[in-house]
Amino acid sequence: MGFSTTLTINGVTRTIALDDPRVTLLDLLRERLDLTGTKKGCDRGQCGACTVIIDGRRINSCLALAISQDGADVLTIEGVTRGGRLHPVQEAFIAHDGMQCGFCTPGQIMSAIGLIREGQAGNDPERIREGMSGNLCRCGAYQGITQAVLEAQKALDAASRKEVA
Amino acid sequence: MKSFEYVRPTTIREAVAAAAQPGAAYLAAGTNLIDLMKGGVSEPSRLVDISHLPDLDRIEDLSDGSVRIGALVRNADLANDRDFARRFPAVAEALLSGASAQLRNAATVGGNLMQRTRCAYFYDMASACNKRSQGGGCDARGGDNRLHAILGWSESCIATHPSDFCVPLAALDAVVEIEGKAGRREIPLDMFHRLPSDTPDRENVLESGEMIVAVRLPAEAARFAAHARYLKVRERTSYAFAVVSAAAALCIEANVIANARLALGGVASKPWRAREAERVLIGTPADTQLFRRAAEAALAEAEPSGDNAFKIELARRVVVRAFALAAAGTPEPLPALPGSPFAAFSGVLTHV
Repeated sequence: MGFSTTLTINGVTRTIALDDPRVTLLDLLRERLDLTGTKKGCDRGQCGACTVIIDGRRINSCLALAISQDGADVLTIEGVTRGGRLHPVQEAFIAHDGMQCGFCTPGQIMSAIGLIREGQAGNDPERIREGMSGNLCRCGAYQGITQAVLEAQKALDAASRKEVA
Repeated sequence: MKSFEYVRPTTIREAVAAAAQPGAAYLAAGTNLIDLMKGGVSEPSRLVDISHLPDLDRIEDLSDGSVRIGALVRNADLANDRDFARRFPAVAEALLSGASAQLRNAATVGGNLMQRTRCAYFYDMASACNKRSQGGGCDARGGDNRLHAILGWSESCIATHPSDFCVPLAALDAVVEIEGKAGRREIPLDMFHRLPSDTPDRENVLESGEMIVAVRLPAEAARFAAHARYLKVRERTSYAFAVVSAAAALCIEANVIANARLALGGVASKPWRAREAERVLIGTPADTQLFRRAAEAALAEAEPSGDNAFKIELARRVVVRAFALAAAGTPEPLPALPGSPFAAFSGVLTHV
C-alpha cells in the first residue's frame, strides 16, 4: 500500500511517495532526498546528530516518522545559509572552533539555532550548556560550542535590533 | 522494525475505534515508542497516529479553578507557559529537568504518562523480562540493578517508572481523563500506574483501546506555588534519568506548615506519593529535623531489590533537601540547571 507525505523542506514544498510507513524523517532526508547534512549518530534519540527544525522547533529526526510529519515545515542544515552567506551560528562555530571531527556539527548548529529561537538561555553559559545537552560531541568541543552559541546569540540580537535578521 | 498498518484518525472517537483491535498502539510524538519499535521491544501491528487530532494541544483554565492540559501539549510548551509555571512551578521544574530540549519539544503530556521503564533488561531482547514477556523471568534480579526499585517491587519485576513530570503530578492530586469505547472516565494520576505484583506487563489501568485525552490539576494545587520544588539526583547533571527524585510542596501559614505534599521518582514502578510523610509535617513549623522525620516515614517500607540499598538513604536525603528548598521558597526564574542539586541559587524568592 502506498503512502505520501507533504513536507516543506528548506522552503520547497513537495509531496513525497512512501512505500513504507516505517521511514523516519532522518532516513527520508538522507536516503531518499540526498540531504545528507543531517547526520545519523545513534538513531535512538540520544546523541542529537540528527537535529532538524520542524515548524520552528528543534527535534530529533531519527524518532519522527516521516508519514506522521505530513504538513510540516522542515529546516535542515542545507537550508540555513542566506544569500550564499553562512548563518551567524555557522560563522560563530568557525570563529570559536566549536568542532573537531565535525560529525556532530550540523546537529549542534541546528540545535543552537533552535535554542536561540526559544529565547530561554539569555547570555548565561550554564543555561546554554543545559539547553545544548541533547547534542553530544565525542571530540569534546563543548567549550568552543558554548562560546559560539553565546556569540551567535549576540550577533543575532544585534541584527534583529537593526531589523535585518 | 516490524511492519505495521498506519492509520490517522481525525476525531477522538475514530481513534478509539481504530485502537480497539488487539496489537494496536497510539502514536503521538513517538519519542519513546519509535525507539522501542526500532529495538523490537514493542511490535504494534497497527499504529493509530493521534498527533494530528485537533483540540488536544490546549492548556485551559476551567471555571472551578482547575487547569486542564490536553494530551498533545508538548512538554516544552507546558513548562514554558508562564502562567502555568507560575501556578505549578514544581511541574515546570520537573519537565525541564527531563530529557533534552529536542525531546521536550516533541514529547507530549499523554506520552509522558505512557512511557516505558528504562530498565536495560527490558530493552535487551536477549534478556529475560516479565514485563516484556509475562512468565519469562527477570534478569534484573541478580543483574546490574543498582538503579532499580526500592518501593513496591515484586519478585517478578524491580523496574522503575522513568517520568519526572508524573512525580509532581502525583503530589498535586492530578487527574487523568481517559476516553474509551464506553465514553469518558477519569482516575487520579496516583492510581493510573500499577505496581508490578505478578503482572508487570500491565503497567497502568488503561483498558484495551483507551486513550488519555487530558491531565487536570485541581485549583488547590496552585496553593503550593510559593513553596514547591522538584529535586532530581542524576548520574550526570543534564539529560539523564533520575536515580532518585522528589517533588516537595508546602503551604506555610504564619510559620506553620498548613499542608504538605511529597512524591518520589525513580524508586518504584509508579510515581510514589508519600502521604505518611505529609502527615508528619502538617501543623508544625518547618525545620530540618522535622523534614528528616518525614523522610523516615516516606521510606519506612523501602527494601533494596538488589545492589541498591544506597538508594534508600539517598531518597531520605533527597526528601530532606527538597523540603528545605521548598521551605526557602520557589525561585523565579527557575535555576539554570532545573532540579539539580548542583544548581546555584540566583534570582529572587517569590515568597518571603
